[in-house]
Amino acid sequence: MNAQDYWALSPVIAMAALAIVLLSADALLAERMFGGRRFGSKRALSWIAFIGLLGPAILALNLWFGWLGNSTSDPVIYGTFTADRFTLFFQFLIIGTTAAVILASVPYLEQFRDSLGEFFTLLLIAAAGMMLLVGASELITIYVALETTALPAVALAALRRDGFSIEAGAKFLILSALSTALLLFGLVFLYGYTGATRIDEIVARLATLPFEAGVPFGSLAVMLAVLLIVAGFGFKMAIAPWHMWVPDVYQGAPTPVAAFLSVASKASAFAVLMRLLYSMAGFEAVAQDWQILFALIATASMTVGNLLALSQTNMKRLLAYSTIAQAGYIMVGFAAVSIASSSGSATSGPQSIMYYLAGYAFTNLAVFLGFTAIIHRTGDDTIAGLGGLVKRSPVLAVLMSIGLLSLLGMPPTVGFMAKAVIFSTAVDQGLIWLAVVAVVNTVVAAYYYLRIVGLILFGETEDTDPIKPAPGEMAAVIVGIAGAIVLGVVPWLVLQLIDDSITIV
Amino acid sequence: MASELTIWLIILLPAFAFVFNGLLLRWLPEIAAGPFRLTGKKSDLAGWLTVVAVGVSFVLSFLALLEVVSDGTQYFDMRSWIAISGVDIQFGIMLDQLTAIMLVVVSGVSFLVQLYGVGYMHGDDGYTRYFSYMALFTASMLGLVTARSVIQLFVFWELVGISSYLLIGFWLNRPSAAAAAKKAFLMTRFADFGFLLAILYLYSVDPSWLDIQEMYHAITAGAMAVSVASWIALGFLLGAMGKSAQFPLHSWLPDAMEGPTSVSALIHSATMVTAGVFLVARFFPLFEHSDIMFLVTVVGAVTAVFAASMALVADDIKRVLAYSTVSQLGYMMFALGVGAYGAAVFHLFTHAFFKACLFLAAGSVHHAGGTFNMNYLGGLKNHMKITYWAMVIASLSLAGIIPLSGFWSKDEILAHAAHGDSGIAMFALLMGLLGALMTAFYMFRAVIKTFHGEFRGGGGKEREDIEASGEVPPEGLEHVHLGESPWTMTVPIAILAFLAIVIGFFTNPIFDLGFANKHAFATFVVERNTDVFHDHEAQVHAGSEPKFDPLIAGISTVLAIGGIAIAWLLATRTGVIPASVEKMTLPFQNLLRRKYYFDELYEDLIVSRGFYSYFARLVDRLDISGFDNVNIQLYRWTDRAGRALAKVQDGQVQTYGIVSVVGLIVAIVIFVVVAQ
Repeated sequence: MNAQDYWALSPVIAMAALAIVLLSADALLAERMFGGRRFGSKRALSWIAFIGLLGPAILALNLWFGWLGNSTSDPVIYGTFTADRFTLFFQFLIIGTTAAVILASVPYLEQFRDSLGEFFTLLLIAAAGMMLLVGASELITIYVALETTALPAVALAALRRDGFSIEAGAKFLILSALSTALLLFGLVFLYGYTGATRIDEIVARLATLPFEAGVPFGSLAVMLAVLLIVAGFGFKMAIAPWHMWVPDVYQGAPTPVAAFLSVASKASAFAVLMRLLYSMAGFEAVAQDWQILFALIATASMTVGNLLALSQTNMKRLLAYSTIAQAGYIMVGFAAVSIASSSGSATSGPQSIMYYLAGYAFTNLAVFLGFTAIIHRTGDDTIAGLGGLVKRSPVLAVLMSIGLLSLLGMPPTVGFMAKAVIFSTAVDQGLIWLAVVAVVNTVVAAYYYLRIVGLILFGETEDTDPIKPAPGEMAAVIVGIAGAIVLGVVPWLVLQLIDDSITIV
Repeated sequence: MASELTIWLIILLPAFAFVFNGLLLRWLPEIAAGPFRLTGKKSDLAGWLTVVAVGVSFVLSFLALLEVVSDGTQYFDMRSWIAISGVDIQFGIMLDQLTAIMLVVVSGVSFLVQLYGVGYMHGDDGYTRYFSYMALFTASMLGLVTARSVIQLFVFWELVGISSYLLIGFWLNRPSAAAAAKKAFLMTRFADFGFLLAILYLYSVDPSWLDIQEMYHAITAGAMAVSVASWIALGFLLGAMGKSAQFPLHSWLPDAMEGPTSVSALIHSATMVTAGVFLVARFFPLFEHSDIMFLVTVVGAVTAVFAASMALVADDIKRVLAYSTVSQLGYMMFALGVGAYGAAVFHLFTHAFFKACLFLAAGSVHHAGGTFNMNYLGGLKNHMKITYWAMVIASLSLAGIIPLSGFWSKDEILAHAAHGDSGIAMFALLMGLLGALMTAFYMFRAVIKTFHGEFRGGGGKEREDIEASGEVPPEGLEHVHLGESPWTMTVPIAILAFLAIVIGFFTNPIFDLGFANKHAFATFVVERNTDVFHDHEAQVHAGSEPKFDPLIAGISTVLAIGGIAIAWLLATRTGVIPASVEKMTLPFQNLLRRKYYFDELYEDLIVSRGFYSYFARLVDRLDISGFDNVNIQLYRWTDRAGRALAKVQDGQVQTYGIVSVVGLIVAIVIFVVVAQ
């Protein structure tokens, strides 16, 4: 390994190191040192974790701007990892999400009693795994990074150690294992067919292998590989029909963890799938069937997510189904891969996905953390319990309304702009029917999003005690909503960034 | 150096004042309650903050003007706003002569009006809200005049529209204000629809023309077909007619006087309503290239007289000024129509100052007399000297009396019309001269009724009279306290009155003055703007060398003095007109008082009878039996489907695993089957 290799990995290493620092700090700040008061160390750990995130953030910025190390599209460390701008874009997303979750989780730390250090450590290890995953450019690295992400996530889901939490953890573990098995199958087919594990080598070998006309994806091996890999990542991305764990885990897991999973975990799975699949997008036989595959998945995800969200009475479950539907919209962008013969630019598909993901990260985090703050204080996680929220916390009620409208896709929020961009990309690639399905789904989504907005703004409540969220929570929610509005009104801010980040096509 | 950042700051400073006043001030704790009254309901912070923000904007605008004077037109780079899948919407700043003039007018008048508002709105419950709207308006208007992309211009155009709506309906508890706001919004929206269609058409023909500079170049190079230019110009003209209240879309502007008087001064006289004229001026090459220039002339000329005639009989001083504004905008329109670009911009420039002065003076009158109804005013000249003299000066200027500013600009328009070679130009000239007579008459009728004679009781008396007749008096009738208004009100009035005297001659003199060259203003806006007027012939045609015509000037001056004399005679001598003649004019007066029945035409015939009775009823039927029904069925079925799907979600991890694998197998089967 040379210096560039270390620089390339430095954000990931810093994140992992921070996890270890937190583990040690937890031990050092033990009860005896602070007169038996564990409480004092709670804030200290949060601050160490939050400020410590500057480390990976600065190292990632360093690569982006090329101060000391450089971002490069050439894979490093024997081809296993690529620290290009695409990687860095998602690393920023993950670091930001982690920071928001840490900031907002202070009021919940009591739930974790004596496993406080573990909470931070597991969270940061999972984040490190995701940061590795988004840059992994070799099959075994992908697998290892995925496991580094999945196992801490399972432990996090079970961390509260009550019935719901343990059930969530167990379900997550079993289904996670199933998904990994499917993924491994897929990776094996790919290796078996091409004899390579590095993505660049796989693509080079595929170019020499024959693509048969009339066979899906040009060859049954590639078809099985793609389908199995999509199924494997489908769990992480929470797309139908691999979505079923989502409501149960989001409901049972500690809610900051659910927020983390719904954004960071999802985004990293999208990233690695994009890297893997777009490297094969050049083969026309692959691209054609790819359109069909993802159009079907998008349709299934949007429809299932929205229909199931309609009949929910529990807010957490509703949000879970909403994320499934959102993943379906992103899949529309996946389906819009350019087939060589058709019009439209090759980068508009990934561009629209990344824009949607950036907007989704801000909006969904704000909505998750905001409702978490409310539910935590009212102790009532039913939708009806949100009635008349505006009388109890006007600021949160307005912010949550904006967040929900953004998830629905109302201007001037990013939700509107991102949907407009992703649907128009689909239309450009000739997937007009898919755009129609997506728009109809948005209408269905209006039923449940607007119902909540109406309830919190105009509903009645007997309980008029004010709800006062902690400053950290408010900060995270405000940043999220501000991001949702800013990215919606001035999309060029992030579109330019994304333009620079599409290094995979 | 006026950098791009300076221009952005000009826009962003008032925008910041809007955000601060509108959003932040409410949330701030009462940090400095007590002596400074920085926050809270009775805070003055919002007003002074807006004054400072707009004041700095004005200084920067002035620097930008000096920059354009020395260095000429500047186009700053276009930036990508939304760039995705083949669509690239861009925005940027253009700083040409027209922009520079508009920047100074808008920020300058706005600054004085904000200062005036600090006194005028003092103690109003909506003080902070007022200043946040005003700041929003100022920011939008400044953004409008600096826009380099048509879409960017449209965004600010609509922002201007919404802030106008908010300000007309500022007194939310008055039904008449709410109705006026709605009327203004709907009528201008109707016109904006034409504007929007034209933009979409423009985009479909060639997206690069959204960049205004590109459009100029395309027209110069002959890349745009005349038919294309005509359709686009027609849509733009419709938008301009709505915003500038041109006939037949004029009827919203008099009603818009329901807003605070300072709002009328800034928005409904000096700036926003001139946006329509600005739009035509901005796309002047497009209009010149099109076949519809005659339409611009006709619309303007008809409006000039039509609106002035209604001012002849209006009793509300603000309505007189409103009709006068519409009429003057008509002058600017027909000036553009006959090709006198320089004269139109010059009149826009001078008009902004004396008309703002008149409105602010009217507000000052209300401050003392408690009403705008001139039948209850009178004799105020001894009580408020500054207001009186300012009003007289501004009225003389508006009437076109030498050497005040209105004389120079109006005369230039008339001279251009006189030298036009078409019949339409002659028609415009006649209308212009007739309008000049009417203008002098109605302005001095208003001045005399308000300031001379005996005081007729003011707002208190009017309230009693209305109550005596058994009706509910409108809001806004206040008690009388005769006397001059506070300095924050009189200083802006005095400054504007001073400008009404000097700003015409000294910026555009008819001979070299040393510090200002002959025809400096016209030369500046026309000759230097080489993107718009690329050769000498076009420049001369557009009025770089104003045709000062002693004959036309003489006729118009005689007419103006005649108008003043008639007003004086009618007001002071009873029986000048025999009763029989008076009786004969009654039906005509009535027609004018009822505003040619345009409100009835629009509201009764078109809206109530036509729209509501037929169209809306039809749509309602369709809605209930069609859309509602579909909606209910859709909801029922989606809900059922959701519940059916939810049954699969049984909480058993085995089920989840099975569904996952079955889903995968289905996908494989689909692909294998598709392949067969």
